[in-house]
Amino acid sequence: MAEEPRNPVRKRGNLPPLALHVPEPKHRPGDAVDYSDLVIPPAGAQPRPDESCAAEETYPLCTDLVRVLDDEGRAVGPWDPRLDAETLRRMLRTMALTRAFDDRMYRAQRQGKTSFYMKCTGEEAVAIAAAFALADDDMVFPSYRQQGILVARGYPLVEMINQIYSNRADRLKGRQLPIMYSAKDYGFFSISGNLTTQYPQAVGWAMASAIKGDTRIATSFIGEGSTAEGDFHAAMTFATVYNAPVVLNVVNNQWAISSFSGIAGAERTTFAARAIGYGMAGIRVDGNDALAVFAAVRWAADRARANKGPTLIEHFTYRAEGHSTSDDPSSYRSAQESVEWPLGDPIARLKNHLIALGEWSEEQQAEMDRAVAEEVKAASKEAEKSGILGHGLHHPFKTMFEDVFEELPWHLEEQAEQAIRERRVKWPDWKE
Amino acid sequence: MTQEESPVSLADAPTRRLNMIEAINDALDIMMERDANVVITGEDVGYFGGVFRATAGLQAKYGKTRVFDTPISECGIIGAAVGMAAYGLRPVPEIQFADYIYPGLDQLVSEAARLRYRSAGQFTAPITVRSPFGGGIFGGQTHSQSPEALFTHVAGLKTVIPATPHDAKGLLIAAIEDNDPVIFFEPKRIYNGPFDGYYDTPASPWAKHPGSVVPEGYYSIPLGKARVVKEGEALTVLAYGTMIHVAEAVLAEKGVDAEIIDLRTLVPIDMATVEKSVQKTGRCLVIHEATRTSGFGAELSALVQERCFYHLEAPVERVTGFDTPYPHSLEWAYFPGPVRIGEAVDRLLGN
Repeated sequence: MAEEPRNPVRKRGNLPPLALHVPEPKHRPGDAVDYSDLVIPPAGAQPRPDESCAAEETYPLCTDLVRVLDDEGRAVGPWDPRLDAETLRRMLRTMALTRAFDDRMYRAQRQGKTSFYMKCTGEEAVAIAAAFALADDDMVFPSYRQQGILVARGYPLVEMINQIYSNRADRLKGRQLPIMYSAKDYGFFSISGNLTTQYPQAVGWAMASAIKGDTRIATSFIGEGSTAEGDFHAAMTFATVYNAPVVLNVVNNQWAISSFSGIAGAERTTFAARAIGYGMAGIRVDGNDALAVFAAVRWAADRARANKGPTLIEHFTYRAEGHSTSDDPSSYRSAQESVEWPLGDPIARLKNHLIALGEWSEEQQAEMDRAVAEEVKAASKEAEKSGILGHGLHHPFKTMFEDVFEELPWHLEEQAEQAIRERRVKWPDWKE
Repeated sequence: MTQEESPVSLADAPTRRLNMIEAINDALDIMMERDANVVITGEDVGYFGGVFRATAGLQAKYGKTRVFDTPISECGIIGAAVGMAAYGLRPVPEIQFADYIYPGLDQLVSEAARLRYRSAGQFTAPITVRSPFGGGIFGGQTHSQSPEALFTHVAGLKTVIPATPHDAKGLLIAAIEDNDPVIFFEPKRIYNGPFDGYYDTPASPWAKHPGSVVPEGYYSIPLGKARVVKEGEALTVLAYGTMIHVAEAVLAEKGVDAEIIDLRTLVPIDMATVEKSVQKTGRCLVIHEATRTSGFGAELSALVQERCFYHLEAPVERVTGFDTPYPHSLEWAYFPGPVRIGEAVDRLLGN
């Protein structure tokens, strides 16, 4: 009986030894860039199913790329949202304003006015067209690269800069790292440094809206790198189990700091395609095409609002600049990548569309660029009146202990007294 | 918030005897009734009524959209609860065993605990995470843990542990009404009756214990207030949960006139009651089931040493679980029971 091993080792002949596959990006610093294997389907060629369709019917859209703007700047195909020229101009201006804001805040960090900044250059269409497609009272659970939503919803630039400078007027009382905004009145959830935590929270918010029989929906944004977090799986599962009215966005900008999207799992499928395994509708959209982004988010929002369930949207785009002011992308990727990115620049593409419609001109664009730069400059000057980081201690020490709990327990009262005692030693001239 | 109700004198309120599960179920029922924003979520809490029956009957009474089963995902359970709270609900998620709370830890530590602080009060997380905890039931490594120290270390979380059905109901109602996130650990060893630590004698039911007299209707016990279980002069015992009953039995058996304090809330702790007692007795014994190193007992010992140093007549003693994972067959060798407590009392009293 026991003479033969139960599972005899089979002869493996000349099979090679096992080998671990570690994905590598195509281009490293100094490499010539070749995007020839990137499949960019023609604009207008993607079918647009009804918002109430079954989730699995969207599978072709998960591996395709929804595009509206063609190379001549025309809006084509069934996803054309047919926005009026005024709306398109507002959208264009919001994108230009956001870019000007990023540029000025980046310089402000270099000038030492704040400790840190993150730009969204090249990704403006994702946040801003999405904001245009949502109702203002829909709650957004953003990551740190959707400042365009705040700009689109009219949140004062001065308030944004106050937060970045952690100054006297900072509504978050200097507690938060720059750009971790929180603006409840603008439907903008408090940003956390911990990646993807906002995804199940957005689903929970949407569940609550459904529990109360409300009409509002939730939406959330993460990067493609963050899809690897366990919270992504939890959010996708909860969203489909409860048919939550939520629009989940993955901003695939190809890079998670220095790791290319392949490290997050992009080599064998798309991020949108992950939706299908959960029974969720999915769309992969040209993230540099503001009209395509608007159309996809509006489709998903309408679907959610009609109780037809959640949608995962992959916005295919490119992070044109460094991850943050603490990052130097030239140390891990080819500088040519962003220059040659085949989906172009979202602002230039929307501008060309308006010009093709006869609703805009290069002169108007130049004038608008001047105007938005002035607007940002004025906001920046205004914010600086309330101080910048490093120029004094802007908030009373007691505030450091407030809001840990609704009320200060005895141990925090004691620690606050200690901090205030220390203040007199460390900064004898400083007045609270 | 809930509607105002005229104060009820508990002395006049009709009472009945409940075990801890029934008391918790009663608290949940009352809060579901009083506040339409209270929702209960968790694994098996819905139709089935929970693996310990704590939510029995609630889905039938309040409907599926207020009491419902969740996927087996603790990070999803807590994460969704944080989102529901941001909307304006008052979620009461259940984690089936405290041993399984770790996948939800990022959501609790990084999100629920900090939401009020980081948003300067714009968003809050008034959630109450209920979770059975503690050993003494042959639960082995993953059905016996006492992870309270992981939560007391987190700024922004309150940690509450009841020791009787009466307290379980009042504290749970207070936790649900509290606008801060509360970790509510339920000692499962005493769900059905107090446990004196003598594992080889028949268990006593709650019906014979004064702590099982539970008023009907609404009442709450304020968080942050300890309960003096028994006044005494010889030493002060600081404990919570199951260990209250073990301490009571051992000290009675030894004939020591101990003052036993049930902390009930670990954060924020009722230091005034602790100080008053230790300054009276001059001796302090800290007891918990959790492992020793960096356990909550270390915090208690340090606080007592800092605040009662000149009143102390002996070093503060800690009786705890050993610094090992919770074992299965060796449970009664691990559990901080009568022998370990007795030896510590003897050392404290200089015998």
